[in-house]
Amino acid sequence: MITRWAVKRTDDRLGFSRTARSGLNKVFPDHWSFMIGEIALYSFLYLVLSGVFLSLFFDASTARTVYEGSYDAVRGSEVSAAFASTLELSYDVRMGLVVRQSHHWAALLFVGAILVHLCRIFFTGAFRRPRGINWAVGVTLLLLAIVNGFAGYSLPDDLLSGTGLRVANAVLLSIPVVGGWLSFLVFGGEFPAEAMIPRLYVVHILIVPALIAALITAHMVILIRQKHTHFPGPGRTDTNVVGSRLWPSYAVRSVGLLFFVVAAALTLGGLVQINPIWYWGPFEPGSATAPAQPDWYVGWLDGALRLMPPWEPVAFGYRLSSVFLPAVVLPGLTFLVLYLWPVLERLVTGDRRAHQVLQRPRERPGRVAVGVAALTFYGLLLTAFSLDIVSQYTGIAVFALVYFFRVTVLVLPLLTGAIAFVLARALRDSDAEGLLALTGSDLRRSLRRHREVPGEPSDAEDTERRPATETEHAATGPVGRDEEESEPVRVEAGPVP
Amino acid sequence: MTRRSAEAWVAAAFLGATATAVGFIAAYVVDASPQALGGLLGATCALLALGLVIWSHTLLPHGTYVEERSPVQPPEETQDALVDTMARGSGGTPALVRRTLVLAGLGLGAALVVPLRSLLLPSSEPPGEALRHSPWQPGARLMTRAGDLVRSEEVVPGTELTVFPEGELRADDATAVVIRLPDEDVRLLDEATAALAVGGIVAFSKLCTHAGCPVGLYEQTTRQLFCPCHQSVFDVLRGAEPTAGPAVRPLPQLPLGVDDAGYLVARGEFRGQVGPSFWRPA
Ligand code: HEM
Ligand code: FES
Repeated sequence: MITRWAVKRTDDRLGFSRTARSGLNKVFPDHWSFMIGEIALYSFLYLVLSGVFLSLFFDASTARTVYEGSYDAVRGSEVSAAFASTLELSYDVRMGLVVRQSHHWAALLFVGAILVHLCRIFFTGAFRRPRGINWAVGVTLLLLAIVNGFAGYSLPDDLLSGTGLRVANAVLLSIPVVGGWLSFLVFGGEFPAEAMIPRLYVVHILIVPALIAALITAHMVILIRQKHTHFPGPGRTDTNVVGSRLWPSYAVRSVGLLFFVVAAALTLGGLVQINPIWYWGPFEPGSATAPAQPDWYVGWLDGALRLMPPWEPVAFGYRLSSVFLPAVVLPGLTFLVLYLWPVLERLVTGDRRAHQVLQRPRERPGRVAVGVAALTFYGLLLTAFSLDIVSQYTGIAVFALVYFFRVTVLVLPLLTGAIAFVLARALRDSDAEGLLALTGSDLRRSLRRHREVPGEPSDAEDTERRPATETEHAATGPVGRDEEESEPVRVEAGPVP
Repeated sequence: MTRRSAEAWVAAAFLGATATAVGFIAAYVVDASPQALGGLLGATCALLALGLVIWSHTLLPHGTYVEERSPVQPPEETQDALVDTMARGSGGTPALVRRTLVLAGLGLGAALVVPLRSLLLPSSEPPGEALRHSPWQPGARLMTRAGDLVRSEEVVPGTELTVFPEGELRADDATAVVIRLPDEDVRLLDEATAALAVGGIVAFSKLCTHAGCPVGLYEQTTRQLFCPCHQSVFDVLRGAEPTAGPAVRPLPQLPLGVDDAGYLVARGEFRGQVGPSFWRPA
């Protein structure tokens, strides 16, 4: 047969059959939550594909040109080449608008999927040893995705993105001591500088995507080396992986997922308008749109800017911008805590062992509480970034809403965190299937108990504190055995909880 | 699902994908709407995906497999051996060589960082200068975005007018908003504000002192300027002091005058720092 012949002839020259076969036999855990990371990967793939298409038409220049395309309201006026080419891409290039809008939708999907993926890793404890490195790689990917989304959003040189860049300029300026130079070096001069759009373009289509591609590769290589974690269940231990094999069922399903992601981006791109820059108009000095909302993944920062009380302390005789705390310190701390979380948790629990079996979220009520509180906090900031719109619809004055949110954003996370803690503890101790199966007495018991009762699975494990590697090595026979993996064995195992 | 019906479903999905793909090509040829193009190509991908997923779930070999996980961590000796190999020859590195190598590394690092200064375009002033000054000169005439000079009687009450220095229509940091106050308000102006006004006309920098957005909206009834970005509010009668929102400093005022020909002119620079705060002596 032709395949057999082709494989053999290639293998004669490259000698990959052993590795390839063990690769095809690789076992992946069956749980829907393991697909979220793949959604992020496939959105990136689509972003690159659609981005290459866009870059063939987009002209990243602030040079003034007279727009001559088919959009009536702008025809004949002087705009930047970037704005004109984006309009042309939207109105005169066939499929152009679909690709442009689907690129934007895919960007939202990309950041969203990374975020949900991060939550999955967080709440199940998948970041514990030995996966700390991949946690850090993942957090960096989130950061880069946000940066690239913002850069892309700013490219068409429209009024809305120009307003976003203004705020970005203020954020850079607010950094003590070096702010002015930082802003001028980034933009090439005083905002709005001509070099702005071409520079953002290089960042957007070369520098950050290359970094993302490199980091995704590292993410995958580390993943393959360490193998997936799996949820606890019958037959699932720290020394095996239980699930389905890569080839063929998993691979076919995953390619199916790829096409679902592309389908979502294209359908949204065709049917749901996003970023209609012709409504915003071109960037002009001294003009802004109202209301002005950035994409959601930077919206939480905008929300923080809105809620920050007017406060510009004078330090060492210098004025500290009121933008500094909400837009530099807050995201800085956010990412610092994200990067350090595995270490912080290790300090609290003292658990330094390697883990291959995940935790159900309920096994760590403390972590659930922190996670839920954080989600509430950032969710409220995200809501705060459209307070002017909320005010328009409800008729409540904006500043009343702002005062309300200033309090809420500090109080509500404590409340939701505490509730999540109690619920998680009730779930853990009662062994109920889900939240709905909890009874009143489970909750009462969870509320009353202040001290951990011995004999719970997770605590028992942790307090045992055995020298992990020795026992694990013993269980898998000869140590130092290299890459060659035994063929997976088929078993009857229960479903994943 | 039986095998037969699974096969039928998968085949139906793939057939559907083929049909929508053909539909997409036709739509492209006749230059159909973006809705049709995106919808059809999206449907093609969705149907293909559906077929693949059903195929995987029903027709392909399934089951739970167990793969042994050999520990990632090699034994102690192997690790030591690697470290020893890496350390090969380093024991003998003379301190002089080591130290000068570090020095050379630092030198190269600095040599690579310093040229970042080139990121500032040759045409641009360094920040210290540029951020403190706008193109307003004493005697500069006010010009609207459309390129018209402004006579004082042309400024009608109740509307705000965006102006630039004559010939500097793209100078963002020079943008100012000009407002004529009704006579009964002129008496309410505080002294400092009145001193920079001319005939009931005041001008303020249009860049919000919070994060630099152009302050877009003037509300005649409350004599307030609103910033669209984070809803700072500035009180025109009190020298554009912020009254709500995150802004801390007032909008800097532009001293106005009228030249011999009756055109509005600036009597100098803005009084205060234009735009967002940055690190400078308070
Ligand atoms: C990390 C991945 C990426 C993200 C999150 C992202 C996001 C975005 C966003 C939000 C826009 C604004 C679209 C709009 O106008 O509404 C945009 C524009 C653009 N992107 Fe990307 N993008 C990514 C990767 C790429 C890549 C790899 C390329 C090219 C090879 C690319 C090329 C472009 C071009 C040329 C534009 C401007 C065209 C336009 O705005 O119409 N992007 N991007
Ligand atoms: S820029 Fe005006 S309130 Fe923030």
